[in-house]
Amino acid sequence: MNPALLLLQSAPSRLISLGGVDISIIAIYFVVVLLIGFYLKGQSETGEDFFMAGREMTAWIAGLSFLSANLGSLELMGWAAAAYQYGILATHWYWIGAIPAMLFLGIVMMPFYYISKTHSVPGYLQLRFGEPSRALSAVSFGFMTVLMSGINMYSMALVMKVVLGWDINFSIWVSSITVAIYVALGGLRSAIFNEVLQFILIWVGALVIPVVGLVEAGGWDGMVKKIHANWQGQDYTHLWSTMGSFTDNPMGIHWTGIVLGLGWVISFGYWTTDFLVVQRVLAAKDLRAAKMAPIIGAGFKMMVPFIVILPGLLALAVLPFKLTGEGAALAAGGHSYNEVLPIMLARYCGPGLLGLGITALIAGFMSGMAGNVSAFATVWTYDIYRAFVKKDATDAHYVSMGRWCTVLGVLISIGTAYLVMEFKSIMDYVQALFSFFIAPLFGTVILGMLWKRATPQGGFWGLLTGTGASIAMWAWVKADPSALRYIAFSSNAKDMAENMYRALWSWLVCFVVTIVISLLTKSKPDKELVGLVYGCTEIPSEEQVPLYERPAFWAIVIAVVFVILQVIFW
Amino acid sequence: MPKHISIWFFTGVLLLVYGVIIFGAGIYALSNPPEHPVVLESLHIDIWWGVALTVIGAIYCWKFVPSGKE
Repeated sequence: MNPALLLLQSAPSRLISLGGVDISIIAIYFVVVLLIGFYLKGQSETGEDFFMAGREMTAWIAGLSFLSANLGSLELMGWAAAAYQYGILATHWYWIGAIPAMLFLGIVMMPFYYISKTHSVPGYLQLRFGEPSRALSAVSFGFMTVLMSGINMYSMALVMKVVLGWDINFSIWVSSITVAIYVALGGLRSAIFNEVLQFILIWVGALVIPVVGLVEAGGWDGMVKKIHANWQGQDYTHLWSTMGSFTDNPMGIHWTGIVLGLGWVISFGYWTTDFLVVQRVLAAKDLRAAKMAPIIGAGFKMMVPFIVILPGLLALAVLPFKLTGEGAALAAGGHSYNEVLPIMLARYCGPGLLGLGITALIAGFMSGMAGNVSAFATVWTYDIYRAFVKKDATDAHYVSMGRWCTVLGVLISIGTAYLVMEFKSIMDYVQALFSFFIAPLFGTVILGMLWKRATPQGGFWGLLTGTGASIAMWAWVKADPSALRYIAFSSNAKDMAENMYRALWSWLVCFVVTIVISLLTKSKPDKELVGLVYGCTEIPSEEQVPLYERPAFWAIVIAVVFVILQVIFW
Repeated sequence: MPKHISIWFFTGVLLLVYGVIIFGAGIYALSNPPEHPVVLESLHIDIWWGVALTVIGAIYCWKFVPSGKE
């Protein structure tokens, strides 16, 4: 066994000991992110600057930030753990669970978000469907966002405790205060700048594992052979060929759940209506940059499995011991799936590189947290406070509210983090939240954008019944686990599969209710839908733009690569 | 201080500093091998990684250095 891992196992209180060099690298990172916050404070004096980053980001910065805001703790730790647990099936969340939706956002939906000049997704709903829909969406988004932020914090603190032996309270408070300072000072611009920096750090820090891991395993073929030898009778290396039956794959899911639940409802819901990510694209400097940003993000998203999923697969191949679930690890004194990334980091990285790898993890946590907090501050200030509490205040007043709300959002998130500590599975918890709020919201937004007959009453009641149906289905299965066979078509379905199908049903409920009520009520006149709906909005032509600068061209390129990857790893 | 410093300049500075530190740590490990070496220590990945980060960081610093002009 590797001596470093022997050392890890002999010291159960921590996985890794950092040296002076590693601590310096982490400290430099904290200094730089704070410096960026202080530097950008002077450029965030107006509401447009603070909440929308002045709408002057290039496509590259908006695109990388769009992706980085999503690269939180769940992405790095959670999906590496899921790859160890479920094999390459976890890649679905990066490919079919992201790429089509990101391309759809860029090409189809971005023109309406951008031309309407909305500052948020609830803001778009207000323009399209009126105040009740905005209120419902803003409140549910705020609730989900602080929960997500709390999950981020908890994950980070847990990693620091398990990996480095740091006190969990120390980790939560130091990272939270840092994020609160740089977002409160520089607003969305500071969050975006730091997210770009964090994106680069995540790559340079995490890339060591797949590079050295593939050398150790003997390349991709060598890794696959080792996995088959170590885990006989289980298929961890095929994306689609094991999905014909619920029982043939480690996730217990059928391909219909992946395609319709994940690839359609959850993915499109998250990437096209979750304001956390859409906010980054709204900050683009013009419509073409706004359309290109999600496409650039999609290109990089396709590559993320290389630094997240591959480490999990490599662990299946090369680790001389087996990782288990959290409960079994605690009972037997071993390591859990959730520790797979730091274990691989310790396996390959010496002093210096280890500090860089840990910095990458911290950067991931902070980018996710900053994304949640900046989006929460915008929605709270514009869609709740300005809409329902204080309508006629000055711009400076709203900026001040945004800064305080950033701090408040962080404090609520800290409280949430302590609550989340009691929850058994971080990943499944988040997926459940998505199906509560995001899946129905996608039904409302897509009908609002593409069907001019959709009415304010239809939009509101569709969203409300979709959300209610999702929560009701979740409660039904909790009360009576046998109900799973109705919701997910199989009593073998795991939590993730259940979430996929629940999202699909709640979207369908929202979709059908919106259509039925819209047909029974009076629609808005076309002149009130200009800039908001397909058929009433003039989209600027790109005929004068060279082919290689057109978003549609690059969307096709990404789509072709996406299809090729599915075939290669079928 | 220039009014606008590009994010890519900040990125370059950070990569350059990290590259130098990691390269230095790798060179130090050559002369003082650690008690518990990592897997594939013979590759000296830290030295190669340090060089790569230094070069990339230096290029970004040079290309996006603030000029002081608007």
